[in-house]
Amino acid sequence: MADKADREVKDAGLDETTKNLSPERIEAVIRQVLDTRASARLKVYLETCVHCGLCSDACHHYLSRDKDPDFAPVAKVKDTIWEMVKRKGKVDGEFIKNAARIAFIECGACRRCSMYCPFGIDIAQLIMLVRRICSLLGVVPQYLQDTTNSHAATMNQMWVQQDEWIDTLMWQEEEASMEVPKARIPLDKEGADCMYSVIAPEPKILAQLIGNMAVIFKAAGEDWTMPSTDGWDNSNMAMYSGDFEVMGRVERLHWERAMQLRVKKIVMGECGHAFRGAVYDGPKWLGWQGTPIPMVHAVEYYYDIIKSGRIKIREKYKEPVTVQDPCNIVRGRGLHHKLRYIMNEMCEDFRDVEPRFEHNFCCGAGGGIINCGPPWKLARMKSTRVKAEQFARTGAHTIVTPCHNCHSGIEDIIKHYKLGMHISFISEILVQTMELPGDKA
Amino acid sequence: MFEFVRGPLVWIAFIVFVGGVLYRLVSTAILAGKEKTVFPTMDLKYGLRSLMHWIVPFANRNTRMRPIFTVVSFAFHICLLATPMFLMGHAVLWKESWGVSWWSLPPATADVMTLVVVFGCVFFVLRRLTSPEVRNVTTWKDYALVLLVVSPFITGYAAHQQWLDARAMLILHIICGALWLVAIPFTRLSHMIWFAFSRAYMGSEFGAVRNARDW
Repeated sequence: MADKADREVKDAGLDETTKNLSPERIEAVIRQVLDTRASARLKVYLETCVHCGLCSDACHHYLSRDKDPDFAPVAKVKDTIWEMVKRKGKVDGEFIKNAARIAFIECGACRRCSMYCPFGIDIAQLIMLVRRICSLLGVVPQYLQDTTNSHAATMNQMWVQQDEWIDTLMWQEEEASMEVPKARIPLDKEGADCMYSVIAPEPKILAQLIGNMAVIFKAAGEDWTMPSTDGWDNSNMAMYSGDFEVMGRVERLHWERAMQLRVKKIVMGECGHAFRGAVYDGPKWLGWQGTPIPMVHAVEYYYDIIKSGRIKIREKYKEPVTVQDPCNIVRGRGLHHKLRYIMNEMCEDFRDVEPRFEHNFCCGAGGGIINCGPPWKLARMKSTRVKAEQFARTGAHTIVTPCHNCHSGIEDIIKHYKLGMHISFISEILVQTMELPGDKA
Repeated sequence: MFEFVRGPLVWIAFIVFVGGVLYRLVSTAILAGKEKTVFPTMDLKYGLRSLMHWIVPFANRNTRMRPIFTVVSFAFHICLLATPMFLMGHAVLWKESWGVSWWSLPPATADVMTLVVVFGCVFFVLRRLTSPEVRNVTTWKDYALVLLVVSPFITGYAAHQQWLDARAMLILHIICGALWLVAIPFTRLSHMIWFAFSRAYMGSEFGAVRNARDW
């Protein structure tokens, strides 16, 4: 049975918003979404599913909660979209509230189950459809909706104002230049080779990561730039809250800014969902064939500059290290081998996880779950036991997480399950281990 | 009665089956065309790559994780399709009606294969009853479907063994078989059609778009 404590979590975004929903409105929204958006695939998926339950063992929620059948992917579909289709949208507010909890908290759209369903049914897409319906009804966990509102109002995720943005970049330029003389953060440099794109948590709470990047770019001799105005943030929580209109605006502005700067490519910082939004979901929603110019994730970028010798490792990291395969760049981009290359180049004692590569478990924070905030933290922790066990088995001291969601999520897991480990982005280890310009001793 | 089920009924069943499958394919293709991203995403190479990893047992992680289920399921599906196609009794009918003939199964082998289908159905039902994650999503329709699938095999086997009234059993067998065929395009048995497409779509999205494997 579904967890009673989770059902009693108070979240105004679900509790208050469902109180006044009229049955007519619910029906109209569900009908509109089902009729206009997911037609053929939805139909085939719902009809093909033979209720075999083979998707269950893919899900970290299900496995972490002692195989509670309500957390099996197929059960989450059954309790949400199946019923909506079956009842032709005639469901009540209580049903929507329950469906929202399932779609936003109990599934992170990590897509692992699509690799376990023999028919390749895209269960994550069905769950995203539920989120879309909830979003149109105004039923979204409050914290997640707040980040979406921030995107709508400021075009970034964390209400960062433009003066704060520029100020942070200048501050980090100063920091970087203390490490490497003449390291710069070139703003609005038209025609640079690449634009570096970050997500709002970097200027807000992890500014040193931008400084690290300035050091790495300097060492690699990169011709790069960052925009001084909106469009610098391509993290996209609207993609996960189901507000695809805002998602589209964020992605469009981001790509337009890059085009204005006439860069040849975008290098994306260590973030998975932002990569997904910019490369897949955004262009799809905007009706583009693909991205206007290439986007390279930090893992690909580091791989390229290490492999080509543009940066050299001076002294490898000594502590035992393991790694997190972020869903959106592994199942979403196949970067796991490049990630392993970086790990082995950078670290002396790299200990791989099992299961790994495309079969890796989600950190439990992705897909917008961590953005649903403190009310749901315990629920999130209950769903990540297998993740904690997976890391504990490696015996490593440090977990490298090339994704912001994974980073924050795994930090919580370490504390909750008392793993006694540290987390680190790649860039943090890279700046410690690589040869810096002027290092020649 | 026998003349009717042997003649027109079988014709009707085949017409509905073939027509139904075509109708479902065409109408779904039209619907899919309205979603701008479905057909451009489809990729032959990666679609087939994914299919290969899922129609070969133990070529993907999930089938390796549950060997018993995998063996039963593959044996069941192979026997389910091969037995009616290559049964000697059916071969005679093909020859009589259309003058076509092909290789047919030795009767003893066909008997064993029929029993594999029956055993497979029993296994699936027991699994539905005992695995919490499967029971949770099971409705009466799932049991009805198993019954529908197994019925031509049980009645066919009984007729072959001359149990009870063999002629009545044969009539029942043909009726069950006709229902079975008619149900394929319109029930969950349509996974027989859709499996290849949904799998190939997922394989294309993983392989061609996301540079990853889906098995």
